[in-house]
Amino acid sequence: MKHLLSTEDLSLSNAIRILDTAEEMAAVGDREVKKLPALRGRTVVNLFFEDSTRTRISFEAAAKRLSADVINFAAKGSSVSKGESLKDTAQTLAAMGADAVVIRHWASGAPHRLAATDWIDAAVINAGDGTHEHPTQALLDAFTMRRHWAKLAGSGSVGADLKGMRVAIAGDVLHSRVARSNVWLLRTLGAEVTLVAPPTLLPIGVEQWPCKVSYNMDQTLEQGVDAVMMLRVQGERMNASFFPSTREYSRRWGFDDNRLRALDSLGLKDTIIMHPGPMNRGLEISAAAADSPRSTVLSQVRNGVSVRMAALYLLLSGDTREPAAVPDTTRAYAHSNAAHSTKESN
Amino acid sequence: MADNNGTYLIRGAAVLGAGAEDLLIRDGVIGARGTDLHADGATVIEAAGLVALPGMVDVHTHLREPGREDAETVETGTRAAALGGYTAVHAMANSTPVADTAGVVEQVYSLGRAAGWVDVRPVGAVTVGLAGEQLAELGAMADSRARVRMFSDDGICVHDPVLMRRALEYVKAFDGVVAQHAQEPRLTAGAQMNEGEVSAVLGLTGWPAVAEESIIARDVLLAQHVNSRLHVCHVSTAGSVEIIRWAKERGINVTAEVTPHHLLLTDDLVRSYNPVYKVNPPLRTDADVQALRAGLADGTIDVVGTDHAPHPSEHKECEWAQAAMGMTGLETALSVVQHTMIETGLMTWADFARVTSTAAARIGRLSDQGRPLEAGEPANLILVDPAARWTVDPARMATMGRNSPFAGLELPGKVVATFYKGHPTVLDGELNTPYREPAASSAVVS
Repeated sequence: MKHLLSTEDLSLSNAIRILDTAEEMAAVGDREVKKLPALRGRTVVNLFFEDSTRTRISFEAAAKRLSADVINFAAKGSSVSKGESLKDTAQTLAAMGADAVVIRHWASGAPHRLAATDWIDAAVINAGDGTHEHPTQALLDAFTMRRHWAKLAGSGSVGADLKGMRVAIAGDVLHSRVARSNVWLLRTLGAEVTLVAPPTLLPIGVEQWPCKVSYNMDQTLEQGVDAVMMLRVQGERMNASFFPSTREYSRRWGFDDNRLRALDSLGLKDTIIMHPGPMNRGLEISAAAADSPRSTVLSQVRNGVSVRMAALYLLLSGDTREPAAVPDTTRAYAHSNAAHSTKESN
Repeated sequence: MADNNGTYLIRGAAVLGAGAEDLLIRDGVIGARGTDLHADGATVIEAAGLVALPGMVDVHTHLREPGREDAETVETGTRAAALGGYTAVHAMANSTPVADTAGVVEQVYSLGRAAGWVDVRPVGAVTVGLAGEQLAELGAMADSRARVRMFSDDGICVHDPVLMRRALEYVKAFDGVVAQHAQEPRLTAGAQMNEGEVSAVLGLTGWPAVAEESIIARDVLLAQHVNSRLHVCHVSTAGSVEIIRWAKERGINVTAEVTPHHLLLTDDLVRSYNPVYKVNPPLRTDADVQALRAGLADGTIDVVGTDHAPHPSEHKECEWAQAAMGMTGLETALSVVQHTMIETGLMTWADFARVTSTAAARIGRLSDQGRPLEAGEPANLILVDPAARWTVDPARMATMGRNSPFAGLELPGKVVATFYKGHPTVLDGELNTPYREPAASSAVVS
């Protein structure tokens, strides 16, 4: 694995490897000194062409916990806003010796361009590109679901997949990179996915995706579901006639208080409610749902750091790169090195 | 080269792919066609194994001059055309300034004549500045030295139905044709690629087939209503082929074109996010490709038009969404059509002559192009080696554009010679010299 660009082409073994490594990274976060020397001397650039404070600080925390040097490059107010091309920006970062580029871009496929061209040789991590993919978000979602699923089964999460888990992803699938990355990764991990959305917010061609599609939230809940993932919907979509009003959207597709109660009356006591954030409380999710014990919103944020540590660690200490300094104190790290030796091509 | 008084004897060429014959070219015309021809002082071209075809006529070329001489000039674009087997090209109107006045079309026409590689026929804009609001002075362009007969806002659809109706009506006065870029603008706002299975995965805004088909359906009905002549540029979907077939069955005066890239490439290539595959209309599905081939073979689609669209490299070395739309095509058209239509058994070389030359000249009303290879006809013709195979290398092309989607592909067929007005612009597969007008005789008289 040289880059992390999408979950569509992420193999099961690589997905499990990232999730297992993230478990070990999570253990670091529980220690008094939340830091590993693994990426000392390596430079990680957060190249953000689109505002996203949450994702940027999550990657920044992840890189810093691995002792990497972090450079934040926001396109706004930089040479990029003066018309510098992606190519020139990439070559500039390469000249400065970036080992990894974490890129967030409004244009679908921009991370693929960085990875496919000879503009820069660094490892590329897609931190969200247009309406294409957001692989680390899907991985942190899967990490959160896997812990929940394993706990219900009374087993450990390491090495586990999501076979049999029923996941509903609801909302603006058309414009959602989170939904796309989740559909592919959950398929790979063996979960059963149902997309719930108004027909206007589903892409033409969705019938080819490895999931079911429903226009009815209540029926989806009635049929039984282990996790409900609510997607952020932008009120501006109303102006483009994707739906008539935010109130109608909320009633038909939102996770409101009635649906929260319905989970209890349907006997779905272990169903979790997920949201990638930031939430529109009162639109796609009610305050009661967001704050209920079923909500995993904050766990998702916490797990995001672990998953991003795992991704950075695996990409920057992979076989195609120089080996990182081997820390002698962490059991977790040694374990991940072992997993690492079974590396396969992605 | 020895002084041959412009006389060439082509020996043993397969005329339109049929039996070997000789062609004598003299004084700009085909002097004779037959077997065992002789001509004293003629330059002999041994053409055994080569196919003789009428010079190709492109109904859809972007030469970029005036305005974007960093992308292409009339000189470089027409060199590419000659090498690709063309003897005439229609230069699209979306230059800067737009070719919407007699002055601009005459400028492009003059640049073409000065270059001397092919007949450059300017296309006039339908509306002022391609803005889709007010008719350009179509009559003035028709009456100019450029004798414009084809009008198009190519790149932009004449989407206002009233304006389209008026344009179709108005060009009847001088036997013109409106060449429509069929793209419903509201259905394609921000569109990046074909809308379907691939766009769903890639998260790129879709360009639905219906946006093309709905405009074509409207336009053929308008053309029928006002009894005028419509040409549909770069048809790209199976549904469009169906609608045009239906229109022709009803006797509507419509012609249509398909590009070489739409005959070969599909939207699967967009998975690379490489903007060399970004084009308008977008690459479609395999089912569309098959329908386009069938439509070209059965005559529903009349011609191949390259939509040759060179761009400077910085317009392609960027994010997909930022990249310019368009592909080069003049130097690969013959090979792609041979590969997709002839080697598949869908067409003969005689059919090739129809779709790349005869029908195209008729649409553009070019009286001295696309003619039969017979004695007395203008000597606009090419010699093709159908057995040649070559690997496309954009860096070696005459066009300034390096944006060929066929780069690295091995393709059949090579243009060995191009004769334009009896003069070899291409010989041995290489550029020779441009055609020069004979010196004005009035200078001698005075």
